[in-house]
Amino acid sequence: MFKPIEFIGKVSLFALQVVVDVFRPPFEAAQIGRQIAEVGTKSLPLVIASGFALGTVMTLHTRSTLVTFGAGSMIPTVQALAFFVEIGPLVAGLLVAGRVGSGIGAVLANMRATEQIDGIESLSIDAFKFLVVPRVVACIIALPLLTVFMDFSGLLGGFLSEFFSSRISFHLYIDRAFADFEWSNFIPPTVKTAVFGFIIGTVSAFFGYTTNEGARGVGKAATNSVVVSSLLIILADVILIKCIFFAFPDNAL
Amino acid sequence: MSQGAQYAVIFDRVSKAFGTKQVLRDVSFEVPAGEILCILGRSGTGKSVTLKLLISLLKPDHGEIWVDGDEITRLKETELSKVRRKMGFLFQDAALFDSLTLYENLALPLHRLTNKTQDEIDTIVDSVLGQVGLAGDKQKMPSKLSGGMRKRAGLARALVLEPKVLLADEPSSGLDRITAAEIDELLLAQKSQRGTTVIVVTHDVHGARRVGDRFAVFDKGDLVAFGTASDVEQSNNETARRLISEY
Repeated sequence: MFKPIEFIGKVSLFALQVVVDVFRPPFEAAQIGRQIAEVGTKSLPLVIASGFALGTVMTLHTRSTLVTFGAGSMIPTVQALAFFVEIGPLVAGLLVAGRVGSGIGAVLANMRATEQIDGIESLSIDAFKFLVVPRVVACIIALPLLTVFMDFSGLLGGFLSEFFSSRISFHLYIDRAFADFEWSNFIPPTVKTAVFGFIIGTVSAFFGYTTNEGARGVGKAATNSVVVSSLLIILADVILIKCIFFAFPDNAL
Repeated sequence: MSQGAQYAVIFDRVSKAFGTKQVLRDVSFEVPAGEILCILGRSGTGKSVTLKLLISLLKPDHGEIWVDGDEITRLKETELSKVRRKMGFLFQDAALFDSLTLYENLALPLHRLTNKTQDEIDTIVDSVLGQVGLAGDKQKMPSKLSGGMRKRAGLARALVLEPKVLLADEPSSGLDRITAAEIDELLLAQKSQRGTTVIVVTHDVHGARRVGDRFAVFDKGDLVAFGTASDVEQSNNETARRLISEY
Protein backbone atom coordinates (compact mmCIF):
# COMPACT_ATOMS: atom_id res chain seq x y z
CA MET A 1 0.00 0.00 0.00
CA PHE A 2 1.35 3.41 -0.98
CA LYS A 3 1.84 5.56 2.10
CA PRO A 4 2.09 9.18 0.96
CA ILE A 5 3.22 10.73 4.25
CA GLU A 6 5.90 8.11 4.86
CA PHE A 7 7.03 8.53 1.26
CA ILE A 8 7.23 12.34 1.56
CA GLY A 9 9.23 11.97 4.77
CA LYS A 10 11.68 9.53 3.24
CA VAL A 11 12.18 11.55 0.06
CA SER A 12 12.64 14.73 2.13
CA LEU A 13 15.34 13.10 4.26
CA PHE A 14 16.97 11.72 1.12
CA ALA A 15 16.92 15.20 -0.46
CA LEU A 16 18.34 16.73 2.72
CA GLN A 17 21.19 14.24 2.67
CA VAL A 18 21.88 15.19 -0.96
CA VAL A 19 22.06 18.88 -0.02
CA VAL A 20 24.39 18.19 2.93
CA ASP A 21 26.65 15.88 0.89
CA VAL A 22 26.96 18.35 -2.00
CA PHE A 23 28.98 20.61 0.31
CA ARG A 24 30.98 17.83 1.99
CA PRO A 25 34.33 16.83 0.48
CA PRO A 26 35.38 14.95 -1.60
CA PHE A 27 33.51 16.83 -4.31
CA GLU A 28 33.34 14.12 -6.98
CA ALA A 29 34.14 16.54 -9.84
CA ALA A 30 35.02 13.72 -12.25
CA GLN A 31 31.81 11.86 -11.52
CA ILE A 32 29.76 15.05 -11.89
CA GLY A 33 31.42 15.77 -15.25
CA ARG A 34 30.72 12.21 -16.39
CA GLN A 35 27.08 12.50 -15.37
CA ILE A 36 26.60 15.90 -17.04
CA ALA A 37 27.91 14.37 -20.26
CA GLU A 38 25.56 11.42 -19.74
CA VAL A 39 22.51 13.61 -19.12
CA GLY A 40 23.46 15.92 -22.01
CA THR A 41 24.09 13.24 -24.60
CA LYS A 42 20.97 11.34 -23.59
CA SER A 43 18.67 14.35 -23.72
CA LEU A 44 20.04 16.91 -26.18
CA PRO A 45 18.78 15.33 -29.44
CA LEU A 46 15.38 14.71 -27.88
CA VAL A 47 15.15 18.25 -26.50
CA ILE A 48 16.18 19.88 -29.79
CA ALA A 49 13.83 17.74 -31.89
CA SER A 50 10.93 18.26 -29.50
CA GLY A 51 11.55 22.01 -29.26
CA PHE A 52 11.71 22.33 -33.03
CA ALA A 53 8.50 20.35 -33.54
CA LEU A 54 6.68 22.20 -30.77
CA GLY A 55 7.79 25.55 -32.14
CA THR A 56 6.54 24.65 -35.60
CA VAL A 57 3.19 23.35 -34.36
CA MET A 58 2.66 26.28 -32.03
CA THR A 59 3.16 28.78 -34.82
CA LEU A 60 0.78 26.85 -37.06
CA HIS A 61 -1.87 26.98 -34.35
CA THR A 62 -1.45 30.61 -33.24
CA ARG A 63 -0.93 32.07 -36.70
CA SER A 64 -4.55 31.91 -37.90
CA THR A 65 -5.90 33.46 -34.71
CA LEU A 66 -3.36 36.29 -34.61
CA VAL A 67 -3.76 37.05 -38.31
CA THR A 68 -7.56 37.12 -37.90
CA PHE A 69 -7.16 39.87 -35.30
CA GLY A 70 -4.60 41.71 -37.39
CA ALA A 71 -1.76 40.81 -35.08
CA GLY A 72 0.28 38.71 -37.51
CA SER A 73 3.39 40.72 -36.72
CA MET A 74 3.11 39.56 -33.11
CA ILE A 75 3.71 35.92 -34.03
CA PRO A 76 7.48 35.99 -33.28
CA THR A 77 6.90 37.84 -30.00
CA VAL A 78 4.26 35.36 -28.85
CA GLN A 79 6.49 32.48 -29.88
CA ALA A 80 9.51 33.81 -28.00
CA LEU A 81 7.61 34.71 -24.84
CA ALA A 82 5.73 31.42 -24.76
CA PHE A 83 8.86 29.37 -25.21
CA PHE A 84 11.27 31.28 -23.01
CA VAL A 85 8.83 31.91 -20.17
CA GLU A 86 6.98 28.62 -19.89
CA ILE A 87 6.95 26.05 -22.66
CA GLY A 88 10.72 25.63 -22.91
CA PRO A 89 11.40 25.20 -19.18
CA LEU A 90 8.39 22.97 -18.48
CA VAL A 91 8.67 20.73 -21.53
CA ALA A 92 12.44 20.39 -21.11
CA GLY A 93 11.84 19.37 -17.49
CA LEU A 94 9.24 16.78 -18.45
CA LEU A 95 11.39 15.40 -21.27
CA VAL A 96 14.41 15.05 -19.02
CA ALA A 97 12.24 13.44 -16.34
CA GLY A 98 11.22 10.84 -18.91
CA ARG A 99 14.59 10.31 -20.51
CA VAL A 100 17.07 10.79 -17.67
CA GLY A 101 14.87 10.17 -14.62
CA SER A 102 13.96 6.69 -15.78
CA GLY A 103 17.62 6.03 -16.56
CA ILE A 104 18.82 7.12 -13.12
CA GLY A 105 16.12 5.05 -11.41
CA ALA A 106 16.85 1.95 -13.49
CA VAL A 107 20.65 2.19 -13.27
CA LEU A 108 20.73 2.62 -9.50
CA ALA A 109 18.10 -0.08 -8.95
CA ASN A 110 20.13 -2.44 -11.13
CA MET A 111 23.27 -1.57 -9.15
CA ARG A 112 21.38 -2.36 -5.96
CA ALA A 113 20.06 -5.66 -7.34
CA THR A 114 23.49 -6.79 -8.54
CA GLU A 115 25.22 -5.78 -5.28
CA GLN A 116 27.30 -3.09 -7.01
CA ILE A 117 26.24 -0.58 -4.34
CA ASP A 118 27.29 -3.02 -1.62
CA GLY A 119 30.53 -3.45 -3.58
CA ILE A 120 31.21 0.28 -3.41
CA GLU A 121 30.45 0.38 0.33
CA SER A 122 32.73 -2.61 0.92
CA LEU A 123 35.57 -0.61 -0.63
CA SER A 124 35.13 2.14 2.00
CA ILE A 125 33.64 4.43 -0.62
CA ASP A 126 30.53 6.41 0.35
CA ALA A 127 28.10 5.01 -2.24
CA PHE A 128 25.54 7.76 -1.67
CA LYS A 129 28.07 10.48 -2.32
CA PHE A 130 29.63 8.61 -5.21
CA LEU A 131 26.45 7.59 -7.02
CA VAL A 132 23.58 9.83 -5.95
CA VAL A 133 25.06 13.29 -5.42
CA PRO A 134 26.80 13.54 -8.85
CA ARG A 135 23.60 12.51 -10.63
CA VAL A 136 21.54 15.14 -8.80
CA VAL A 137 24.15 17.86 -9.38
CA ALA A 138 24.39 16.88 -13.05
CA CYS A 139 20.62 17.26 -13.44
CA ILE A 140 20.72 20.66 -11.70
CA ILE A 141 23.46 21.92 -14.04
CA ALA A 142 22.29 20.25 -17.25
CA LEU A 143 18.62 21.16 -17.19
CA PRO A 144 19.01 24.96 -17.54
CA LEU A 145 21.44 24.35 -20.42
CA LEU A 146 19.03 21.94 -22.11
CA THR A 147 16.25 24.47 -21.60
CA VAL A 148 18.21 27.08 -23.56
CA PHE A 149 18.53 24.59 -26.43
CA MET A 150 14.80 23.87 -26.16
CA ASP A 151 13.98 27.61 -26.26
CA PHE A 152 16.09 28.35 -29.32
CA SER A 153 15.09 25.22 -31.24
CA GLY A 154 11.46 26.15 -30.58
CA LEU A 155 12.13 29.61 -31.90
CA LEU A 156 13.84 28.13 -34.97
CA GLY A 157 10.90 25.81 -35.57
CA GLY A 158 8.54 28.76 -35.26
CA PHE A 159 10.63 30.81 -37.69
CA LEU A 160 10.64 28.08 -40.35
CA SER A 161 6.91 27.60 -40.01
CA GLU A 162 6.36 31.35 -40.36
CA PHE A 163 8.90 31.62 -43.19
CA PHE A 164 6.97 29.11 -45.32
CA SER A 165 3.75 31.04 -44.64
CA SER A 166 4.83 34.68 -44.96
CA ARG A 167 8.44 34.55 -46.28
CA ILE A 168 9.55 36.61 -43.27
CA SER A 169 13.31 37.15 -43.07
CA PHE A 170 15.26 35.59 -40.19
CA HIS A 171 16.56 39.00 -39.16
CA LEU A 172 13.06 40.52 -38.95
CA TYR A 173 11.71 37.46 -37.11
CA ILE A 174 14.40 37.72 -34.44
CA ASP A 175 13.94 41.48 -34.16
CA ARG A 176 10.23 41.05 -33.51
CA ALA A 177 10.73 38.05 -31.26
CA PHE A 178 12.92 39.98 -28.84
CA ALA A 179 11.46 43.49 -29.33
CA ASP A 180 9.53 43.45 -26.03
CA PHE A 181 11.69 40.84 -24.37
CA GLU A 182 13.23 41.47 -20.92
CA TRP A 183 16.03 39.54 -19.27
CA SER A 184 13.51 38.72 -16.56
CA ASN A 185 11.57 36.77 -19.20
CA PHE A 186 14.62 34.59 -19.76
CA ILE A 187 16.77 34.30 -16.62
CA PRO A 188 14.26 33.35 -13.86
CA PRO A 189 12.33 30.78 -15.95
CA THR A 190 15.59 29.20 -17.08
CA VAL A 191 17.09 29.17 -13.61
CA LYS A 192 13.92 27.62 -12.20
CA THR A 193 14.68 24.50 -14.21
CA ALA A 194 17.60 23.91 -11.83
CA VAL A 195 14.89 23.14 -9.27
CA PHE A 196 13.32 20.76 -11.77
CA GLY A 197 16.74 19.15 -12.14
CA PHE A 198 17.00 18.75 -8.37
CA ILE A 199 13.56 17.13 -8.31
CA ILE A 200 14.35 14.75 -11.18
CA GLY A 201 17.75 13.75 -9.80
CA THR A 202 16.61 13.33 -6.21
CA VAL A 203 13.34 11.53 -6.84
CA SER A 204 14.81 9.18 -9.46
CA ALA A 205 17.86 8.42 -7.34
CA PHE A 206 15.60 7.79 -4.35
CA PHE A 207 13.57 5.16 -6.19
CA GLY A 208 16.65 3.48 -7.61
CA TYR A 209 18.92 3.66 -4.58
CA THR A 210 16.39 2.51 -1.99
CA THR A 211 14.79 -0.37 -3.87
CA ASN A 212 15.17 -3.85 -2.40
CA GLU A 213 13.07 -5.86 -4.82
CA GLY A 214 15.81 -7.28 -7.02
CA ALA A 215 15.21 -7.34 -10.78
CA ARG A 216 11.52 -6.50 -10.35
CA GLY A 217 12.54 -3.30 -8.58
CA VAL A 218 14.43 -2.05 -11.65
CA GLY A 219 11.32 -1.57 -13.80
CA LYS A 220 9.36 -0.28 -10.86
CA ALA A 221 12.04 2.29 -10.00
CA ALA A 222 12.17 3.50 -13.61
CA THR A 223 8.41 3.93 -13.85
CA ASN A 224 8.04 5.59 -10.45
CA SER A 225 10.92 7.94 -11.21
CA VAL A 226 9.18 9.28 -14.32
CA VAL A 227 5.68 9.48 -12.85
CA VAL A 228 6.58 11.11 -9.55
CA SER A 229 9.24 13.44 -11.03
CA SER A 230 6.82 14.67 -13.71
CA LEU A 231 4.08 15.26 -11.18
CA LEU A 232 6.38 17.13 -8.81
CA ILE A 233 7.79 19.24 -11.65
CA ILE A 234 4.30 20.43 -12.58
CA LEU A 235 3.47 21.18 -8.94
CA ALA A 236 6.79 22.95 -8.39
CA ASP A 237 6.24 24.96 -11.55
CA VAL A 238 3.06 26.49 -10.11
CA ILE A 239 4.89 27.50 -6.94
CA LEU A 240 7.96 28.79 -8.79
CA ILE A 241 5.88 30.89 -11.18
CA LYS A 242 4.28 32.55 -8.15
CA CYS A 243 7.76 33.18 -6.72
CA ILE A 244 8.94 34.67 -10.03
CA PHE A 245 5.89 36.95 -10.19
CA PHE A 246 6.63 38.03 -6.64
CA ALA A 247 10.29 38.79 -7.40
CA PHE A 248 9.61 40.30 -10.85
CA PRO A 249 6.14 41.91 -10.71
CA ASP A 250 6.43 43.19 -14.29
CA ASN A 251 6.41 39.60 -15.56
CA ALA A 252 2.97 39.08 -14.04
CA LEU A 253 1.37 41.87 -16.08
CA MET B 1 40.37 -3.75 22.37
CA SER B 2 42.79 -6.57 23.06
CA GLN B 3 39.97 -9.09 22.73
CA GLY B 4 40.41 -9.15 19.01
CA ALA B 5 44.20 -9.13 18.93
CA GLN B 6 44.84 -12.89 18.76
CA TYR B 7 42.03 -13.47 16.29
CA ALA B 8 41.41 -11.75 12.98
CA VAL B 9 37.65 -12.15 13.42
CA ILE B 10 35.43 -12.80 16.41
CA PHE B 11 31.68 -13.33 16.26
CA ASP B 12 30.28 -13.08 19.78
CA ARG B 13 26.64 -14.18 20.29
CA VAL B 14 25.46 -12.49 17.12
CA SER B 15 21.79 -12.56 16.18
CA LYS B 16 20.11 -11.14 13.12
CA ALA B 17 16.49 -11.20 11.98
CA PHE B 18 14.73 -9.81 8.94
CA GLY B 19 11.21 -9.07 10.08
CA THR B 20 9.94 -12.22 11.73
CA LYS B 21 12.55 -14.44 10.08
CA GLN B 22 15.44 -15.20 12.43
CA VAL B 23 18.47 -15.60 10.16
CA LEU B 24 21.21 -15.96 12.80
CA ARG B 25 20.70 -16.97 16.41
CA ASP B 26 23.41 -16.38 19.04
CA VAL B 27 26.24 -17.30 16.69
CA SER B 28 29.77 -17.27 18.14
CA PHE B 29 33.07 -18.26 16.57
CA GLU B 30 36.65 -17.03 16.19
CA VAL B 31 39.02 -17.09 13.23
CA PRO B 32 42.75 -16.96 14.03
CA ALA B 33 44.78 -14.61 11.84
CA GLY B 34 46.17 -16.21 8.70
CA GLU B 35 43.70 -19.09 8.59
CA ILE B 36 40.97 -19.97 6.11
CA LEU B 37 37.48 -20.55 7.50
CA CYS B 38 34.91 -22.16 5.24
CA ILE B 39 31.28 -21.59 6.11
CA LEU B 40 29.00 -24.37 4.92
CA GLY B 41 25.29 -24.92 5.14
CA ARG B 42 22.13 -25.26 3.14
CA SER B 43 20.71 -22.29 1.24
CA GLY B 44 19.06 -19.61 3.37
CA THR B 45 20.82 -20.50 6.62
CA GLY B 46 22.56 -17.16 7.12
CA LYS B 47 25.96 -17.76 5.52
CA SER B 48 26.01 -14.72 3.24
CA VAL B 49 24.42 -12.60 5.98
CA THR B 50 27.39 -13.54 8.18
CA LEU B 51 29.79 -12.10 5.60
CA LYS B 52 27.72 -8.92 5.21
CA LEU B 53 27.67 -8.49 8.98
CA LEU B 54 31.46 -8.86 9.01
CA ILE B 55 31.92 -5.97 6.62
CA SER B 56 29.07 -4.04 8.23
CA LEU B 57 26.83 -3.92 5.20
CA LEU B 58 24.29 -5.22 7.70
CA LYS B 59 24.07 -4.53 11.43
CA PRO B 60 23.38 -7.32 13.94
CA ASP B 61 20.39 -7.11 16.26
CA HIS B 62 22.50 -8.41 19.16
CA GLY B 63 26.09 -9.40 19.80
CA GLU B 64 29.55 -8.12 19.02
CA ILE B 65 31.71 -8.51 15.93
CA TRP B 66 35.45 -7.95 16.17
CA VAL B 67 37.64 -7.48 13.11
CA ASP B 68 41.40 -7.14 13.57
CA GLY B 69 40.97 -5.81 17.09
CA ASP B 70 38.07 -3.41 16.42
CA GLU B 71 34.51 -4.00 17.60
CA ILE B 72 32.65 -2.88 14.49
CA THR B 73 28.98 -2.91 15.45
CA ARG B 74 29.14 0.42 17.23
CA LEU B 75 31.60 2.25 15.00
CA LYS B 76 30.71 5.50 13.27
CA GLU B 77 30.87 5.58 9.47
CA THR B 78 34.31 7.22 9.36
CA GLU B 79 35.80 4.69 11.79
CA LEU B 80 34.07 1.87 9.99
CA SER B 81 35.60 3.04 6.77
CA LYS B 82 39.08 2.53 8.27
CA VAL B 83 38.20 -1.03 9.29
CA ARG B 84 36.74 -1.80 5.87
CA ARG B 85 40.02 -0.79 4.29
CA LYS B 86 41.56 -3.83 5.96
CA MET B 87 38.98 -6.08 4.32
CA GLY B 88 38.24 -7.29 0.82
CA PHE B 89 34.93 -8.74 -0.32
CA LEU B 90 34.44 -11.05 -3.28
CA PHE B 91 30.72 -10.96 -4.03
CA GLN B 92 28.81 -13.95 -5.37
CA ASP B 93 28.33 -12.31 -8.78
CA ALA B 94 31.54 -10.28 -8.48
CA ALA B 95 29.54 -6.99 -8.27
CA LEU B 96 31.91 -5.22 -10.65
CA PHE B 97 30.79 -1.71 -11.62
CA ASP B 98 29.37 -2.31 -15.07
CA SER B 99 29.98 1.25 -16.28
CA LEU B 100 33.74 1.02 -15.64
CA THR B 101 36.42 -1.02 -17.38
CA LEU B 102 38.23 -3.74 -15.47
CA TYR B 103 41.19 -1.40 -14.99
CA GLU B 104 38.93 1.38 -13.68
CA ASN B 105 37.21 -1.05 -11.33
CA LEU B 106 40.53 -1.87 -9.70
CA ALA B 107 41.99 1.63 -9.84
CA LEU B 108 38.94 3.26 -8.26
CA PRO B 109 39.67 2.32 -4.63
CA LEU B 110 43.37 3.09 -5.09
CA HIS B 111 42.58 6.56 -6.44
CA ARG B 112 40.11 7.32 -3.70
CA LEU B 113 41.64 5.73 -0.63
CA THR B 114 45.39 6.03 -1.12
CA ASN B 115 47.89 8.73 -2.02
CA LYS B 116 49.56 6.65 -4.69
CA THR B 117 50.68 8.22 -7.95
CA GLN B 118 49.16 7.21 -11.28
CA ASP B 119 52.26 5.16 -12.11
CA GLU B 120 52.08 3.31 -8.79
CA ILE B 121 48.38 2.62 -9.32
CA ASP B 122 49.06 1.29 -12.82
CA THR B 123 51.76 -1.00 -11.43
CA ILE B 124 49.51 -2.35 -8.65
CA VAL B 125 46.56 -2.92 -10.99
CA ASP B 126 48.78 -4.72 -13.51
CA SER B 127 50.30 -6.82 -10.75
CA VAL B 128 46.96 -7.86 -9.21
CA LEU B 129 45.43 -8.56 -12.62
CA GLY B 130 48.52 -10.65 -13.41
CA GLN B 131 47.99 -12.67 -10.22
CA VAL B 132 44.47 -13.60 -11.29
CA GLY B 133 45.41 -14.17 -14.92
CA LEU B 134 43.61 -11.17 -16.41
CA ALA B 135 46.58 -8.98 -17.34
CA GLY B 136 45.49 -8.76 -20.97
CA ASP B 137 41.88 -7.91 -20.23
CA LYS B 138 42.14 -4.70 -18.27
CA GLN B 139 40.43 -2.52 -20.87
CA LYS B 140 37.43 -4.84 -21.13
CA MET B 141 34.05 -3.94 -19.71
CA PRO B 142 32.67 -6.41 -17.12
CA SER B 143 29.89 -7.42 -19.53
CA LYS B 144 32.56 -8.79 -21.89
CA LEU B 145 34.01 -11.16 -19.28
CA SER B 146 33.00 -14.79 -18.86
CA GLY B 147 31.69 -16.09 -15.52
CA GLY B 148 35.09 -17.37 -14.44
CA MET B 149 36.82 -14.17 -15.53
CA ARG B 150 34.28 -12.08 -13.62
CA LYS B 151 34.95 -14.08 -10.48
CA ARG B 152 38.70 -13.59 -10.89
CA ALA B 153 38.15 -9.90 -11.62
CA GLY B 154 36.02 -9.60 -8.48
CA LEU B 155 38.79 -11.29 -6.53
CA ALA B 156 41.34 -8.90 -8.03
CA ARG B 157 39.28 -5.92 -6.90
CA ALA B 158 38.95 -7.42 -3.42
CA LEU B 159 42.74 -7.84 -3.28
CA VAL B 160 43.80 -4.51 -4.70
CA LEU B 161 44.02 -2.79 -1.30
CA GLU B 162 45.96 -5.76 0.16
CA PRO B 163 43.35 -6.69 2.76
CA LYS B 164 44.17 -8.41 6.03
CA VAL B 165 40.83 -10.19 5.91
CA LEU B 166 39.34 -11.49 2.67
CA LEU B 167 35.66 -12.45 2.54
CA ALA B 168 34.48 -14.57 -0.37
CA ASP B 169 30.82 -15.32 -1.04
CA GLU B 170 30.43 -18.47 -3.13
CA PRO B 171 33.70 -17.96 -5.05
CA SER B 172 33.22 -21.13 -7.10
CA SER B 173 29.47 -21.07 -7.74
CA GLY B 174 28.55 -21.50 -11.39
CA LEU B 175 32.12 -22.39 -12.36
CA ASP B 176 33.50 -25.61 -13.78
CA ARG B 177 35.77 -27.71 -11.58
CA ILE B 178 38.99 -26.48 -13.19
CA THR B 179 38.11 -22.78 -12.92
CA ALA B 180 36.84 -23.34 -9.36
CA ALA B 181 40.16 -25.01 -8.50
CA GLU B 182 42.01 -21.98 -9.94
CA ILE B 183 40.01 -19.69 -7.66
CA ASP B 184 40.80 -21.96 -4.70
CA GLU B 185 44.51 -21.75 -5.58
CA LEU B 186 44.28 -17.95 -5.58
CA LEU B 187 42.69 -18.00 -2.12
CA LEU B 188 45.39 -20.36 -0.83
CA ALA B 189 48.06 -18.11 -2.32
CA GLN B 190 46.68 -15.14 -0.37
CA LYS B 191 46.98 -17.11 2.83
CA SER B 192 50.44 -18.54 2.19
CA GLN B 193 52.08 -15.51 0.56
CA ARG B 194 50.51 -12.64 2.48
CA GLY B 195 49.15 -14.24 5.62
CA THR B 196 45.65 -13.08 4.73
CA THR B 197 42.77 -14.38 6.83
CA VAL B 198 40.13 -15.75 4.48
CA ILE B 199 36.48 -16.49 5.20
CA VAL B 200 34.72 -18.37 2.44
CA VAL B 201 31.02 -19.07 2.14
CA THR B 202 30.59 -22.04 -0.16
CA HIS B 203 28.46 -24.99 -1.19
CA ASP B 204 31.49 -26.64 -2.80
CA VAL B 205 32.60 -29.05 -0.06
CA HIS B 206 35.35 -30.47 -2.29
CA GLY B 207 36.91 -27.02 -2.70
CA ALA B 208 36.28 -26.13 0.92
CA ARG B 209 38.19 -29.18 2.14
CA ARG B 210 41.07 -28.27 -0.16
CA VAL B 211 41.48 -24.75 1.18
CA GLY B 212 39.87 -24.65 4.62
CA ASP B 213 41.69 -24.82 7.95
CA ARG B 214 38.43 -24.66 9.88
CA PHE B 215 34.81 -25.14 9.02
CA ALA B 216 31.62 -23.62 10.34
CA VAL B 217 28.35 -25.33 9.55
CA PHE B 218 25.11 -23.35 9.75
CA ASP B 219 21.65 -24.83 9.90
CA LYS B 220 18.45 -22.79 10.26
CA GLY B 221 20.31 -19.82 11.73
CA ASP B 222 22.32 -21.82 14.26
CA LEU B 223 26.01 -22.62 14.17
CA VAL B 224 25.75 -26.40 14.54
CA ALA B 225 29.40 -27.36 14.12
CA PHE B 226 32.76 -25.59 14.17
CA GLY B 227 36.33 -26.81 13.94
CA THR B 228 38.68 -28.73 11.69
CA ALA B 229 37.32 -31.15 9.08
CA SER B 230 37.73 -34.08 11.45
CA ASP B 231 36.02 -32.13 14.27
CA VAL B 232 33.00 -31.54 12.01
CA GLU B 233 33.03 -35.16 10.80
CA GLN B 234 32.72 -36.24 14.43
CA SER B 235 30.08 -33.64 15.27
CA ASN B 236 26.86 -34.65 17.01
CA ASN B 237 24.92 -32.80 14.35
CA GLU B 238 23.82 -34.97 11.45
CA THR B 239 23.48 -32.08 8.98
CA ALA B 240 27.06 -31.05 9.68
CA ARG B 241 28.35 -34.62 9.27
CA ARG B 242 26.46 -35.04 5.99
CA LEU B 243 27.59 -31.69 4.61
CA ILE B 244 31.28 -32.17 5.30
CA SER B 245 31.18 -35.70 3.86
CA GLU B 246 29.43 -34.84 0.59
CA TYR B 247 32.34 -34.54 -1.79
